[in-house]
Amino acid sequence: MAEKGKKTDCCTQTNENTPEEKTKFETLSGIEIKTLYTPKDISHLDYDKDIGLPGNYPFLRGVHLTMYRGRLWTMRQFAGFGSAEETNQRYKYLLNHGETGLSVAFDYPTLYGYDTDHPLARGEFGKCGVAISSLKDMEILFSGIHVDKVTTSMTINGPAPIVWGFYIANAENRGIDRRVIGGTIQNDILKEYIAQKSYIFPPEPSMRLIVDTFEFGSKDVPRWNTISISGYHIREAGSTAVQELAFTLGDGLEYVRWAVKRGLKIDDFAPRLSFFFNAHNDFFEEIAKYRAARRIWAKELKKLGAKKPRSLLMRFHTQTAGCSLTAQQPEINIVRVTMQALAAVLGGTQSLHTNSMDEALALPSEKAVRIALRTQQIIAEESGVTNTVDPLGGSYYIEWLTDKMEEETYKYFDRVEKLGGVIPAIEKGFFQREIAEAAYKYQKETDKNERFIVGVNKYEINEPVEIPILKMDEKGEERQINRLKKLRKDRDNAKFERNLNRFRKAAEGEENLMPYILDCVHSYATLGETCGVLREVFGEYKEPAIY
Amino acid sequence: MSNLASKVLKGDPMSIARLISLAENNSSELADEMRVIHKHSGKAYVVGVTGVMGSGKSTLICELARAYRKHGKKVGIVAIDPTSPFSGGALLGDRVRMTDLTMDEGVFIRSMGTRGMLGGLASAVYDAVEILDASGKDVVIIETVGVGQAEVDVVKIADTTLVVLVPGLGDSIQMIKAGIMEIADIFVVNKADRPGIEQITAELESLIDMSCIGKDRKIPVVKTTAKENKGVTELVDEIEKHGLYLKKTKVFEVQRRKRYEAELIEIIRKRLMNFIFDESTFKEKVESMIDQISRKELDPYTAADEILGKILK
Amino acid sequence: MEKKIRVLVAKPGLDGHDRGAKIVARALRDAGMEVIYTGLHQTADMIVETAVQEDVDVIGLSLLSGAHMTLFRDVTKLLKEKGMGDVLVVGGGIIPKDDVPALKKAGIAGCFGPGTTCEEIVEFIKKNVKK
Repeated sequence: MAEKGKKTDCCTQTNENTPEEKTKFETLSGIEIKTLYTPKDISHLDYDKDIGLPGNYPFLRGVHLTMYRGRLWTMRQFAGFGSAEETNQRYKYLLNHGETGLSVAFDYPTLYGYDTDHPLARGEFGKCGVAISSLKDMEILFSGIHVDKVTTSMTINGPAPIVWGFYIANAENRGIDRRVIGGTIQNDILKEYIAQKSYIFPPEPSMRLIVDTFEFGSKDVPRWNTISISGYHIREAGSTAVQELAFTLGDGLEYVRWAVKRGLKIDDFAPRLSFFFNAHNDFFEEIAKYRAARRIWAKELKKLGAKKPRSLLMRFHTQTAGCSLTAQQPEINIVRVTMQALAAVLGGTQSLHTNSMDEALALPSEKAVRIALRTQQIIAEESGVTNTVDPLGGSYYIEWLTDKMEEETYKYFDRVEKLGGVIPAIEKGFFQREIAEAAYKYQKETDKNERFIVGVNKYEINEPVEIPILKMDEKGEERQINRLKKLRKDRDNAKFERNLNRFRKAAEGEENLMPYILDCVHSYATLGETCGVLREVFGEYKEPAIY
Repeated sequence: MSNLASKVLKGDPMSIARLISLAENNSSELADEMRVIHKHSGKAYVVGVTGVMGSGKSTLICELARAYRKHGKKVGIVAIDPTSPFSGGALLGDRVRMTDLTMDEGVFIRSMGTRGMLGGLASAVYDAVEILDASGKDVVIIETVGVGQAEVDVVKIADTTLVVLVPGLGDSIQMIKAGIMEIADIFVVNKADRPGIEQITAELESLIDMSCIGKDRKIPVVKTTAKENKGVTELVDEIEKHGLYLKKTKVFEVQRRKRYEAELIEIIRKRLMNFIFDESTFKEKVESMIDQISRKELDPYTAADEILGKILK
Repeated sequence: MEKKIRVLVAKPGLDGHDRGAKIVARALRDAGMEVIYTGLHQTADMIVETAVQEDVDVIGLSLLSGAHMTLFRDVTKLLKEKGMGDVLVVGGGIIPKDDVPALKKAGIAGCFGPGTTCEEIVEFIKKNVKK
């Protein structure tokens, strides 16, 4: 019985009569969670300094004062498969069903800068994204779509400047000024070395290309986000939420340093840096992660000398965690995606992709992707969570966890600094090792039934999976190869050669390569031809395989 | 002559691989094959490469092999990684940094786990070197684990031993102080583009000056940046120079003799151990002796007397 | 001294997703096998040549990009041509159930998709490897 006048603190009561199922409760990052959080846990926080208003430094509660009351997040479904024609159909389908932004998935040959007819492209055409080998393909991909009215995000890294070139050139050919088009190129090479592995060139020339895009974008394509600094793939490779946060922000700061070293003014390019996070299973940890991300970024950019509020506020896109979805009982993936999407919304994302239920089996069928889109629309229209900004702000648990994740992130910043910085740490395999360890630990826990995945090691059923799987046009690869043959024959080859040679010379020097790339693109140089030049000049990267 | 050995002599990769496996698995067919192999080996030059983890040994070896290939030499590479004493398994991860060499017919790469009960060089490594030699390789490069006993053991088998260090890893110099100085014929400071290169080179050179007083050869230090293929030609030259030095001073023969001595000891040891621990009838008796020793009913010296007595009879 | 099972874990084609391959490699090591990992971007030629030199008992092919029908069958075809049909070949990654029969026919002894435990793979290999 509490003494009269004394406040009870629930956490000091014993749990003898209410035993807990486990001895330890942890977030997916291994942060220990108490039974209850109280004002004591956040008494050290000062609202004005540490939490603040949305739309104001340190932007913990959101990047706009009104957030979704003013404008919903963009519903941007990542899509692409087969040939440009097929993907164009899918984009129109998605736009008709209410998505508000486009997002392009490219196939492996394209991601590596190879044309469809390259020997290494054997068997890979269109399998995990759309094949884009030239400006011609880009024209088909966006045929009938108003690129001046909708923004497009393109998941492309090694060959990003060239694919961006295709997009810009296509818009211009249709009379749309480059100053008007909006979108994003992922263009985040550091995380390729760490996680996604679709790198081409070594770090230094890759960073040069990226800073070229920052520079070109800030002057010529002001509505374009020239980078999407990504944690999604780091997480998919098996990292914890804390690692996702720390490694992504670390990469971001590295890009800023390189751009500043080139001589760019931080306030000129920082507003167009964007981020891309994962939305995984631990609901509250994810929300805390997004909030901590915004605050850390704002603090660090301020330290680096950024003055404009637009430079300090972090905008991000989120995708629900592909690696959390199961091939068993695929319908229940819809439930997983819903919770993950909700976390992203409560975390204040600017743009969102929800995975389809059949992700562990194949690329999304029309029905599956429609349900994924509807998931977002239900959250937006029916759940009421958008009616106020940062509704979980002030929660004892959330504020404590946000703080904790920030603290753990700074520990990682220190470790990376001790290793000499991001690129030395990559070469030493630091990030790769951390990720491989975390991935292995997660798998071991699942194998030993210390962690449960519904349908996989708990509540399994023995029914065969019966959902329709996306089938692609078998003739697509042949059509593409013929198209390439025709393109190489029909173009003005003298002009093409001239531009390619000027491009090569520029690559060997120090000029900004974007104008040269655009010239090549306009003369119908293919992706493989342009990347081929860069492969010769820059060399190819070999990874120090760590496991 | 058996089919397998004759194919090995012709350089057939599958046969080379099979015979190395027979050596690793201690097959009963091994001795006959190796008798033939030994008639045709001894020509290859053996380079041992050792150094801490993270020193870039594998990448360096890849570039070294490439340089030898440019001179028309055939190369065999034995890449050794530690076998887990707990699980008995091994992650043989050196080859992954040499994938460029996979399709070169003049290069053969074999990954081996230390497997041994006693640590140090896997006994099958001696066999693998002889096999690669007899198959026509001009140079055989051995990459060792980089930790503990194996580094010292590689000296027994190599004509030239390289010790690879990198700037910025504190343990590099520690290793030197721990006695690695004695085994190096050439020091390689890899990743020479890293900060700290001048410091480590200076420290190394002063240690060399001290330890080479009165000796007729000063150990050279070669700086390399393997991933950019820098310094590799110089390294090839130094290895060549060392080889000439060995032959001129007749130390070459002395070293080779030591190698064959070690090889003989290894073969005898392996046979003894097999006989004692693997041969089924004897094994039971030995196992029960070990139980008795555990219960303090028997001491290990008396047990050894009995076992050896039985063998030598 | 019992014979060790030697396994080649390979990533054919351009697929860069190596989380699973690395985990399986470690699990096989923990189960007492010797594991060689090829790294990324391997052609069928490279995989088979590596298998020859390393005299492996098992090849594990990991692929999540959808190109398995072409690339897995390239490997098994080449193995057959070289007379290495006794090497156990297994596949993992994203392999639709409908494709499994054709792969089995081509020589892929087992397909291990999402949700497979490491133990299942270890047991399968131990049970099916040629002694």
